[in-house]
Amino acid sequence: MSIVRALVLGPQRRPTLAAVARTLDLAGPVATVTAGWQDREPDDAELDALLDGRSVNLRLYARWQDVLARDPDYAAAEREYRAALREQRELYLIMLDGVLRALYEVARHGGDAVPAANADAEHVVRLVDERHLARVCEARASFDAAARPAERAVVAGHRADVAEILDAASALVVAGGHVDELLHVLRLFAVPAPAVVIAWSAGAMALTERVLLFHDPDPHDAAPHGSSHAEFLDSGLGWLRGCVLLPHARRRLRTEDPRRMAELAFRAAPARCVILDDGVRLDLGSGDVLPPDARVVTGDGWIA
Amino acid sequence: MKRLAINRLREGRPDAAAVDRFLGRHEVPIVEGDRCTFLWRGEADAVHLVQRIVGLPDRIALRRLWGTDLWYVVLELPAGSRINYQLEVRHGEHVESTNDPLNPNVSYSPVGASSVCFAHGYHTPDWTFPDPDARPGELTELVVRSRALRRDTRIRLYLPARFRRATTYPLLVVHDGSDFLQYAAAKTVLDNLIHRLDVAEVVVAFVDPHDRLAEYANSAVHARFVTRELVPRLEAELPLVARPSGRCLLGSSFGAVAALSTAYRAPDTYGSLVLMSGSFVFTDIAAADHGGGPVFDPVVRFVNRYRARPRRLADRMFVSCGVYEPLITPNRSMVHTFESAGMVVRFQQTRDGHSWENWRDSLRDALSWAYPGPQKLFYE
Repeated sequence: MSIVRALVLGPQRRPTLAAVARTLDLAGPVATVTAGWQDREPDDAELDALLDGRSVNLRLYARWQDVLARDPDYAAAEREYRAALREQRELYLIMLDGVLRALYEVARHGGDAVPAANADAEHVVRLVDERHLARVCEARASFDAAARPAERAVVAGHRADVAEILDAASALVVAGGHVDELLHVLRLFAVPAPAVVIAWSAGAMALTERVLLFHDPDPHDAAPHGSSHAEFLDSGLGWLRGCVLLPHARRRLRTEDPRRMAELAFRAAPARCVILDDGVRLDLGSGDVLPPDARVVTGDGWIA
Repeated sequence: MKRLAINRLREGRPDAAAVDRFLGRHEVPIVEGDRCTFLWRGEADAVHLVQRIVGLPDRIALRRLWGTDLWYVVLELPAGSRINYQLEVRHGEHVESTNDPLNPNVSYSPVGASSVCFAHGYHTPDWTFPDPDARPGELTELVVRSRALRRDTRIRLYLPARFRRATTYPLLVVHDGSDFLQYAAAKTVLDNLIHRLDVAEVVVAFVDPHDRLAEYANSAVHARFVTRELVPRLEAELPLVARPSGRCLLGSSFGAVAALSTAYRAPDTYGSLVLMSGSFVFTDIAAADHGGGPVFDPVVRFVNRYRARPRRLADRMFVSCGVYEPLITPNRSMVHTFESAGMVVRFQQTRDGHSWENWRDSLRDALSWAYPGPQKLFYE
């Protein structure tokens, strides 16, 4: 099945989900994913109320924990996979730090040669991003080949359950939370693209082609919290195309700094960086057309 | 500028009742901008404020307010400062050191308690207090039979809330572990910082010395215990990252020397070090008097040797020190030494002294440096 309609919402601190769902005139149960909430996955009463009590939680986080508990071989393989990803990320961040520092220094350097040097530096940054995404993809392929999750009885049983629920559902709702674990369980249980999907925050990020992590340091908080560079986590499910989503952008990014924002724009290109702040509702149709009211980061770092 | 409260009182030629009212109205020490007025009331021949701010006399005399039994001294303390102090009261030949009876704020340490003055702008961080929303980790005990130390060592092991064997965790080894738990609220701090996503979920081994001044002063035996016995055992029994990037040693004062000298003996083993108020005393001429007494002799030999031939001991270091400590000067010097060896160093100076509260207050910056939390991964 391919997506007929994809709706991306801003963060749901003040929920707009109920109003959006009503406009879709959905018939029957609505499958939900709250795996990004991790062990709070079952705390979905409010979400259920917003969907008029018709939600059926796929419980992907609980299913994942069940797989880890009941299939020690799989758990061991996944631990190794995670260790490989962790090392990959450490190396990526070392390289990223180097090439981004070079990019900033080039930009500060005056002279006629700066534009060409800047283009070169941007090219190197994009190369580091691309290689990282490729290596993460290779690590996943190796893991899939070694662990063969589809052939494992516990995973297969859960996949069948999930498929059955989704067959009967009129739509899929994907909430936010921990984007890495959310993406992982969506893949592990082979959640297929539904006819209608509504997603926000990490839930929406996981559905795109590439997931960009970002969190600029709070200028009022001197505490170091690791690398402040935006970094690509992984490729996403690819249901939503041509966009890199930036939820909570105004809270998490220095949106008033055009140079900072321009960096995100060129790294996401040719996809567009889309701002997902409170109250946003984007109707992406079948997932690859940005509506004209989408707020995107322009090449020169402004939000238009 | 508004006159200080003590000056207004003095100009009013106060009697005992006025002093009573004055003390009833003010918290002591009285903090007015960057001026802190320390008070003591009673009959005495002399009263001194005893503190260890580097550059100031250790004993500062209080003056008696004419016609009263109130003694006072005003100190300038920059915003954000926190100092420990006591009062020394002399009656004839008898001298007694006490905590400030007018100040309820007390700082505790293994060597006793002292009064504490919070200057303007200092706030005890909210993450040092228990947070009912933060799910508590678990503290368990582990006994490690150490051939190196020739004794059983009791380790207190912190496992974060939601600890799962299916995932892997970085490891933090904390020297003077019981003191960090008791005087620096380490468990509460870990629970809160992990809950707030400031720090990654981490397994922490709190270790204690038996003979601290020997084991922590550049001891090969201690280093062998940590690197060849403790860490391998923990990595064998717990789901740990088990690579340098997932191993960090933390220590304060002599504990920082222990952390540094342990990493020195095992290069490429530890990814990060947290060194708080390290007792990194050194001399530029080997025979010079370092002023620390015989206890510091092995430390000075070690630091001198390291300064002569610095080498990379870890990828990253968090180094902190209070600017009121005598150790601030050697710590400032060591930062350049560490950097020259190719390590990434984050150096933090606090307006504090050689105290557990100083190290407690630095834990957020230190731990979020060593093991950053997963803020970037959460989009609610």
